[in-house]
Amino acid sequence: MNAETIGINNRTFKNKLKEYKKSPLSLFLALLTVLGALITVGLLLLIIIYIMVKGVPYLNLNMFAWDYSTNNLSMMPAIVNTLLMVFWALLISVPFGIGSAIYLVEYAKKGNRLVGIIRLTTETLQGIPSIVYGLFGFLLFVMTLGWSYSLMAGAFTLAIMCLPLIMRSTEEALKAVPDSYREGSYGLGAGKLRTVIRIVLPSAARGILAGIILSVGRIVGETAALIYTAGTVTGQAFNPMDSGRTLSIHMYALINEGIYVDAAFATSVVLLIMVLLINAVSTFIAGKFAKNTK
Amino acid sequence: MKKNKEIIMKYVFLLAACASIVAVFLICIFLFASGIPAMAEIGFGDFLLGTSWKPLNGVYGIFPMIMASLYVTLGAIILGVPIGIFCATYMAKFCPKGVYKWLKPAVDLLAGIPSIVYGFFGLMLIVPAFRVMFGGSGKSILAASVVLAIMVLPTIIGLSESAIRAVPEAYYQGALALGATHERSVFFTVIPAAKSGIIASVVLGVGRVIGETMAVIMVVGNQAILPESILSGVRPMTANIVLEMGYAAGLHREALIATAVVLFVFILIINLVFNILKRRGL
Repeated sequence: MNAETIGINNRTFKNKLKEYKKSPLSLFLALLTVLGALITVGLLLLIIIYIMVKGVPYLNLNMFAWDYSTNNLSMMPAIVNTLLMVFWALLISVPFGIGSAIYLVEYAKKGNRLVGIIRLTTETLQGIPSIVYGLFGFLLFVMTLGWSYSLMAGAFTLAIMCLPLIMRSTEEALKAVPDSYREGSYGLGAGKLRTVIRIVLPSAARGILAGIILSVGRIVGETAALIYTAGTVTGQAFNPMDSGRTLSIHMYALINEGIYVDAAFATSVVLLIMVLLINAVSTFIAGKFAKNTK
Repeated sequence: MKKNKEIIMKYVFLLAACASIVAVFLICIFLFASGIPAMAEIGFGDFLLGTSWKPLNGVYGIFPMIMASLYVTLGAIILGVPIGIFCATYMAKFCPKGVYKWLKPAVDLLAGIPSIVYGFFGLMLIVPAFRVMFGGSGKSILAASVVLAIMVLPTIIGLSESAIRAVPEAYYQGALALGATHERSVFFTVIPAAKSGIIASVVLGVGRVIGETMAVIMVVGNQAILPESILSGVRPMTANIVLEMGYAAGLHREALIATAVVLFVFILIINLVFNILKRRGL
């Protein structure tokens, strides 16, 4: 490549300086965009570092004791409940989410009116604030169905909340599967169902998984929808009809007590690490997925 | 037999697809069935425009809460939107590939941090800072706006970035060919072309902010009164529900559900506006 083409396609630093001298507005705008990015990253780092620095010194083994007491303020039951909550909520949400995405992508015909309604309701679900979900879960599961505060009531509430997320990511993943796969399968004599289950779903698995993991992140971080559905009891809720607090609610309860700020910091460290890991895994899987489809 | 299985599974998938319709239907029924009668009993005018909330005396006016939600949202948007749009512009048009590889996950991570952690961060760092700077308790509209502005960044950045990227490259090249610098081309041709997508991102951000609960109750002070300045504590609608639902009963509980109905209607309107904008732009 000779010097001239570089001059046209890639502006050298010297050229840029020259431009900026002629047009200070350009320099100003460029600086603003850099500033915007710096503030965003800076805030993220500030939050993470602040929580880590304040919280890590308070972490100790007592906080991971199996049983909770006001002495050890153990977060172990809450961690167990969080995992149970993830399990139950996904168990309910994933079949519906994937099933409806399959219907929308593979079965529904273009211009189907039902599809329009489903899209509208999915978008509505996505916009509803978590406290409204919580209130709804309280009214339906806790009061009307008489489940009282229980992990199951919370799981059903969160399952509805995660439904649009799982639906959307599955839809995207299914759409990314090339039609030639389906045609090849039909060509070999497979029926529609077999094609969907044996050919399309496995090819879309990574994308679907990335969406599910994002939902896990949402379940782990959720508080408002759970306070009045899953309740705030401190023990492990191995029976799904028992009440049990997840880690986020545990943290909320600690903050509310006012005297357990140190423990709240320690809990937020664990919560933050969980979320960081979940995000990293989801990005990793989605990244691989993007490479595969290219 | 095989044919039957095909047909059965088709209807199973169809049934699954109807889950979201059923969910929205149920949510509407349960909220409206308890909320609307309560509003009627209190009186629509007294409920929506009444300026005092005294559940013990049977006075339920949520006007201060509605205003609080609007003030806090406005504050968050004023603070968050410029940063978000500049960051999105940087990501779409300025940053080198190597930087983007790190910036994108960082923004996603910002979206992944639980709201309770944001609230705690605000309570421990921002509130005390404002207490020192401005006096008072520090819990205020301003503190809530700052926390919410951080929380709304990923929403605005994500959607604005894809809106900016969706603008045909020819617009940018055309401007360059006419002698504009890179920055002028981006800011005076590409961004105006991405306008409706960017506005849609702001509208969606408004929806997120107005519905945010856990982060807000920690930093906003929760006084159910009309604020005197941005340093006053207020109580948004979401906070009202969380704070009192635990012990409310009878009409008080129904009044809280009615608060959720008002919130829900706000969200529906925001969704509608977002959809109209999206159809036009993205």
